[in-house]
Amino acid sequence: MASTQPAIEVRDLRKSYGELDAVRGIDFQVARGEIYGLLGPNGAGKTSTVEILEGYRRRSSGEVSVLGFDPGQRTRELRARVGIVLQSSGIYSHATVGEVVAHFASFYPHPRDVDEVIELAGLSEKRDERTRTLSGGQRRRLDLALALIGDPELIFLDEPTTGFDPAARRGAWQTIRSLRELGKTVLLTTHYLDEAQELADRVAIIKGGRILAEGSPSELGVGGGSRYRVAYANGDGEPTVIETDDPTRLLHELTGAALERGEPLRALSVTRPSLEDVYLELTADA
Amino acid sequence: MPSDIAALWRQYRFERRLFWRNRSAAFFNFLLPLIFLALFGAIVNGHQSELDVIVPGIAGMSVMSTTFTALAYNLTFLREQGVLKRIRGTPLPSGVYLGGLALNAVTNTAIQIAIVVLAGRVFFNLGWPSQPLTLIVFVVAGVGAFALLGVALSHAIPTFDAAPAVINGVFVPVILVSGVFFDVKHVPGFLRDIAQALPLEPLINGLTGGLVADHGGIGKHLTALAVIGIWAVVGAVLAVRGFSWEARRN
Repeated sequence: MASTQPAIEVRDLRKSYGELDAVRGIDFQVARGEIYGLLGPNGAGKTSTVEILEGYRRRSSGEVSVLGFDPGQRTRELRARVGIVLQSSGIYSHATVGEVVAHFASFYPHPRDVDEVIELAGLSEKRDERTRTLSGGQRRRLDLALALIGDPELIFLDEPTTGFDPAARRGAWQTIRSLRELGKTVLLTTHYLDEAQELADRVAIIKGGRILAEGSPSELGVGGGSRYRVAYANGDGEPTVIETDDPTRLLHELTGAALERGEPLRALSVTRPSLEDVYLELTADA
Repeated sequence: MPSDIAALWRQYRFERRLFWRNRSAAFFNFLLPLIFLALFGAIVNGHQSELDVIVPGIAGMSVMSTTFTALAYNLTFLREQGVLKRIRGTPLPSGVYLGGLALNAVTNTAIQIAIVVLAGRVFFNLGWPSQPLTLIVFVVAGVGAFALLGVALSHAIPTFDAAPAVINGVFVPVILVSGVFFDVKHVPGFLRDIAQALPLEPLINGLTGGLVADHGGIGKHLTALAVIGIWAVVGAVLAVRGFSWEARRN
């Protein structure tokens, strides 16, 4: 059955620009209905990878399948089933929001309702305004509306909230979560950890053209040889941090010793490394 | 295929609607040839032989500015703004999109030629085009060659900021040397040779045949047509080869 096949399959993908190897053998799969995040610093190979999947670039080698198509063939049918939000892209500045969305709807065989999509993007009150009067955040929402108008199964979001204020980011996250409720598959690239943590079902951390770690945001935090971190103030009141694989035993010893001395154990905390710790550890320049 | 034609028509109508909406651009686009006609008509002060040179010259310049200049500008802008890349990611066929841009430019050519012919008739007593077929053949050939050359030039423009300098750096010398404002017979031999090898002088040559009486039918302008044809081929090769849907990255 077509629908049980992954939305995206990437096997040993490589991309070189002359001497530069931007992508050096990447493998991953994105299941239907999943929000998958590619996380990594600038120049990590995220954009090259995504643009190969979007059909903008040709791969040097490896196998890639998007909704069962080879995106390198630039099949019209595939483009009708995919929505793309690029990092920055202009649009007819003298047209109104409603006109642009309606015009893009005419490109697709089964578009969604124009007003409904404008509403979803939160641009209803801007419907009859020219696009050049939109703020940066509103323009990003128009980008999203244009990516959704064709009712795509798979949506590529390239750094969808870069440059947003915190309230606008929350709003955009809400919209992206609503895509999951609609059963859409989303491939998200971001360099914001909280965004990946908040939205993605699974995350791949990319650096230097390779995937360094992959898993759900919480798995990544726990796994990968990472440990529990126990912090407390010792007898002299100095902050002390111990990392351990076995927090139960350590806590028993610490609390036991404190009870024997008849003192409270001050400033005690037990934490697991966050996605951020893992990310910083993995992407640190050695 | 019928759906592609419907899509082309939709794309064309959308481009036209937006063209008119940018009022100042639309206004000056059509005013410019009229200003030139009025200015040079006043300078030559009713000498019919001079008007016979200037009206086809300005018609030729109109063909070049509505296709070559306009497409080089627009494509540079659309590429740098990311509009081309965005369109490329939709199911709209690339040919339909670019066809819409080209038809939009050609419509402006047709309007400008009509304005020049009408103005020549009304203000300068020039008569209706003596050889309509010659006029149409040369307008079509000129539009084709200059549109392709404009697309090709857009590849050579690094950023939109550089576009006015690069485009005018080509446009202004070409219109000056090609006899838009004077009869190319009166210039030094080497300049005339250069002009005749470029596409604008042959275009004006053919347009003169179409617009002004006693310059012969299309048979007298076949060399000119051949030169335009060669430029069209050169333009087509460069336009297709260098075509890029996105701005160069730094």
